[in-house]
Amino acid sequence: MLDVVNIHKAFFPGTINEKVALAGVDLHLDEGDFCTVIGSNGAGKSTLLNTISGRYRPDGGAVKIDGQRVDRLPDYKVARHVARVFQDPMAGTAAHMTIEENLALALGRGTTRGLGPGITQAKRSFFRERLAVLEQGLEDRLTTKVGLLSGGQRQALSLVMATFSNPKMLLLDEHTAALDPQRAELITRLTRELVAEKGLTTLMVTHNMGQALRLGNKLIMMHEGRIILELGGEDKAAASVEDLMAEFDKIKGVQLSDRTLLA
Amino acid sequence: MPGAIELGLLYGLMALGVYLTFRILDFADLTVDGSFTTGAGLCALIITHGGNPVLATAAGFGGGLLAGMVTGLLNTMGKIHPLLAGILTQIALYSINLRIMGRANLPLLRATTVFTPLSDRALLGTLTSIVLFALVLALFVLAMNWFLSTNLGFAMRATGDNESMARANGINTNTTKIIGLALSNGLVAASGALIAQYQGYADISMGIGLIVAGLASVIIGTAIFSSSRVAVATAAVCFGSIIYRVIIQLALMVGLQPNDMKLVSAVIVVLALLIPRWGVFANVRARRRARNLPAEPDVTAPIEDRDPVSGLVKPGA
Ligand SMILES: Nc1ncnc2c1ncn2[C@@H]1O[C@H](COP(=O)(O)OP(=O)(O)O)[C@@H](O)[C@H]1O
Ligand SMILES: [Mg+2]
Repeated sequence: MLDVVNIHKAFFPGTINEKVALAGVDLHLDEGDFCTVIGSNGAGKSTLLNTISGRYRPDGGAVKIDGQRVDRLPDYKVARHVARVFQDPMAGTAAHMTIEENLALALGRGTTRGLGPGITQAKRSFFRERLAVLEQGLEDRLTTKVGLLSGGQRQALSLVMATFSNPKMLLLDEHTAALDPQRAELITRLTRELVAEKGLTTLMVTHNMGQALRLGNKLIMMHEGRIILELGGEDKAAASVEDLMAEFDKIKGVQLSDRTLLA
Repeated sequence: MPGAIELGLLYGLMALGVYLTFRILDFADLTVDGSFTTGAGLCALIITHGGNPVLATAAGFGGGLLAGMVTGLLNTMGKIHPLLAGILTQIALYSINLRIMGRANLPLLRATTVFTPLSDRALLGTLTSIVLFALVLALFVLAMNWFLSTNLGFAMRATGDNESMARANGINTNTTKIIGLALSNGLVAASGALIAQYQGYADISMGIGLIVAGLASVIIGTAIFSSSRVAVATAAVCFGSIIYRVIIQLALMVGLQPNDMKLVSAVIVVLALLIPRWGVFANVRARRRARNLPAEPDVTAPIEDRDPVSGLVKPGA
């Protein structure tokens, strides 16, 4: 399904500000895999997702979806197959358009947009049905501007928009991090339900280790542009937060000894 | 005053075009000053060669389409800043317009224009012509509303509203920008073609500073008929265009010279931008905003409980 082969990405290459964000990442996901991603700040998690979605072009390596290379395609073409939800609730929706207009935009993912009507009765009843699942009352507010919704509602809407056109892949980048704990919990539950319902191949970055362990069937830990731990199936089920913390402490230990050596 | 209303209606097409770029695409397009004259020049050229005035107006529209497309290509493929892309096309058009017209001024005296049937019956400047102009403009407003409610129209609105969201939903925002700029300048040029026929000549300088009139119409119209609905805003900018021409007419009546009008237009735009932020108006606006505020803001600052080294949050934190 997804094959990330030895990708490298540096920002400001060849200058003194050079910042290597990805230093050779390999990752394989099968159809229907739900993989959580953890790692310290600056580990390269967002860069990895941005590279898969075509926002960034890798300096080396390849990204394949269903065997086809997508790393040379412009982002809007990759978006036909790859949907994403951003950390910022404002980022995933068009604030000055209504709920139904936003949904219609997302429904058009993968189609050529012509002069057909943006909204039809059939679309509307489909939207109502999909929004009812969220239990946010949004199905009765189809003509409300999205800018008037709360962050949690916008994020729930973004999630529906990302999933209902059945993309081949779903990328979630800390999509609950800007919300208060209760709403983050709600969005997490919705994520689990929507992904399970559609069997979507999903890559989800989270800063919450408990969540990373509870959700999905795979887990990767990143550090300084590399995947340093990969857990699947039973290994993941058996792992605890303490185990993950221990892995982090190992890295810290390495860093400390590096520094001691340099001193 | 009927003349000012007629002008306002004819310039209304230009205001619709400016609305499309300025408000829908969020693109400050300065091509307008050049493409308006392109439309006027092409139309005048064809009419003086005995062409059909309706076709001549359509040709003007076509010239505007091309001009807008050039700005769109400069901005999207050439990655040139929107303001600079517009200025470059505008300047290039100055020479092209002179080539089209052959000289700086092309009179249309005694030629048959789209307005000849009206002027022959002495109907220009009467209620009849105003109603007719308004009906034609209303057709364009309806067409624009229809366009903006199609899938392509939605894609264009999303491009101006949140470009990265649009791309994340598979929209080629380069294409939507180019189409939007082309349509916008097509409308502007059609407006130029009509104005040339109405005043009886095309002139190389007729488009200078016109973007300010377009912006004034959009800002005045949407400030008076404040509504977040696109279908209302399109009609509002047409009213804005009429109000703008009436203000200009009043300025002329109190003794200002035609040459002072550029200053007057700039002042009108500055006032239209500043007044809504002052005194009573600001209060009205604040109250209107408050009614529309989200019911339950729930976005918190990024969580501060992170472990400083790992950046992770332990469960329950
Ligand atoms: N657009 C950018 N320009 C320059 N540097 C960047 C950019 N995006 C990310 N980086 C750098 O790349 C590294 C990885 O960043 P990122 O992928 O955002 O990390 P994470 O999401 O894991 O916190 C960081 O050191 C960051 O400073
Ligand atoms: Mg990140």
